[in-house]
Amino acid sequence: MSRTVTPAPARPVPPPVIRTTRRPWRRSTREALTAYAFAAPFVILFVALLVIPLGYAGYLSLYREQLVGGKVFAGLANYRQALDDPLFRDSVLRMARFLVIQVPVMLGAALFFALALDSGRLRFPRLIRLGIFIPYAIPSVIAALMWGYLYGPDFGPFAQLARGVGLDAPGFLTPDWILASLANIVTWEFIGYNMIILFAALQSIPPTLYEAAAMDGAGAWRIAWHIKIPAIRQALMLSVIFSVIGTFQLFNEPKLLAGIAPDAISASYTPNMYAYTLAFTNQEVNYASAVSFLLGVVIVVVSYAVQLASHRRARRS
Amino acid sequence: MTSHTTSTAAASLGSSRQPGRRSNVLTLLMLAFLIYFLLPLFWLIVSATKDNGSLFSTFGLWFGGGFDFFQNLHDVFTHDGGIYGRWLLNTALYAVVSSVGAAFLATLGGYAFAKFRFPGRNLLFSIVLGSIMVPSTVLTLPTYLLFSKIGLVNTPLAVIVPMLMSPFGLYLMRVYAEDAVPDSLIDAARMDGAGAIRIFWQVGFRLLLPGFVTVLLFQLVASWNNFFLPLIMLNNPKLYPMTIGLAQWQAQAGGVGGAQPLFSIVITGSLVSILPLVAAFLLLQRYWQGGLSTGSVKD
Repeated sequence: MSRTVTPAPARPVPPPVIRTTRRPWRRSTREALTAYAFAAPFVILFVALLVIPLGYAGYLSLYREQLVGGKVFAGLANYRQALDDPLFRDSVLRMARFLVIQVPVMLGAALFFALALDSGRLRFPRLIRLGIFIPYAIPSVIAALMWGYLYGPDFGPFAQLARGVGLDAPGFLTPDWILASLANIVTWEFIGYNMIILFAALQSIPPTLYEAAAMDGAGAWRIAWHIKIPAIRQALMLSVIFSVIGTFQLFNEPKLLAGIAPDAISASYTPNMYAYTLAFTNQEVNYASAVSFLLGVVIVVVSYAVQLASHRRARRS
Repeated sequence: MTSHTTSTAAASLGSSRQPGRRSNVLTLLMLAFLIYFLLPLFWLIVSATKDNGSLFSTFGLWFGGGFDFFQNLHDVFTHDGGIYGRWLLNTALYAVVSSVGAAFLATLGGYAFAKFRFPGRNLLFSIVLGSIMVPSTVLTLPTYLLFSKIGLVNTPLAVIVPMLMSPFGLYLMRVYAEDAVPDSLIDAARMDGAGAIRIFWQVGFRLLLPGFVTVLLFQLVASWNNFFLPLIMLNNPKLYPMTIGLAQWQAQAGGVGGAQPLFSIVITGSLVSILPLVAAFLLLQRYWQGGLSTGSVKD
């Protein structure tokens, strides 16, 4: 799945300020009706495109298609099958491995770049900011395609260089390296996007917060570590949650690379590719629904675990 | 609730706060990183000037002897009966319609959630927020099945309609509307006897325009770059957006059996396809940088 979704809030929105309304009752009924009218187009589409499909997928996942007897109620059998399915389990574990390595590298780099831009010590800050962000505007299909050619053993420049000095072409597309090669593509695509989010958060810290520290002779690194990074915890959390959601839904990049590295990327390489294969190649719609539902559960659980861990750490310190 | 409005965040972008103490070491380090981010694009531009033979026979990161860019461009737009132009138009149509629609619906909804009190407001909003965690795969498959029941599959609407609803867009517009449209202004217009729709158009929407453009831009990217949804919904090549079309050409180019001549077409086609979005981002910098901070800065 594409990771180009827009950023989501990583925390529940605080309850709105409750105001005692001085308006007469008739007025507030009219206000409510007006509000419903404004919100209606969105809410109707929300129900049609989210609530109903989700319910339908849940319904499908409880049934089974049989050669004899057609559709029969199967209870949780599809879910039990998915939990025992080594292909599904491997794909989820593969993405977990991807997550614990790629996300820290990507966000660490994004944070470093954002701090560097925020420090005001760079020359050409606009050029640098834009250059790092540009990959976000490139479709993931094109990004995978470009990197695929760069990795390639034929006219990929790295292979050409290696051959030029008498070495074997590097095996970017071999089963041993493919996960790292994919991680590189995703990192390339999303560092700039995360950098902009973190940079915007850094820029909104009131300078008074660290001016005093600077007067006392605290260096840029200490200010960054003790003042700036804690101040943008919310934005960092948002980036982490987004990366979790994006990682487990990875589809476009491995799907494209599978064309040039069929030995390294199977049809069940990521959970999303597996669900796609089940639904459209194997025509097992019911089982595919159960698998994608379970994937949703994995995403929600991991997202909450990350938030919980972060809250706990924040409370301790 | 501390509020940093988009305008202040946008205004502070780019203004460095400790001017005068430039670091050459840091600048050089960042320029070195910049090479990494621009390398694939440089490769793409260089490769778009080569014919298929030179792709293999010359070094990938520098220009070859010939200059075949215009020949390649010609080939891109004439291959397969000129279907590439069609893909480009499809992509633009799908992206523009769905992003303008999504931004408009999110603006209407965000304005309602921010500026009116009504029963069910918090519950509804929490449900919409929670839905951001629902993976799109879980939705795409049942949506496909439901769309095929009502005959929407394999039509432009199949890729436009699902992109019209953006939960994040609604969240962003609500946050934005809370600060951007002062209650006093609405009340004053009401005192003057203006109806709700007139107030929205003449007061609200004008003030919400920067937020509107931000949502539009992000939905434009999501739609322009979309792959999974059209892959599932469309199987008529005439309806493909560029991502699907190029992926298919790429699959043919990589296939065995002397299909090599497609490489230069795929590469040049890729270059052409990324230009509109890159241009849009360069031209609309003020909006997306400011808008992003709205989503992440609120506490």
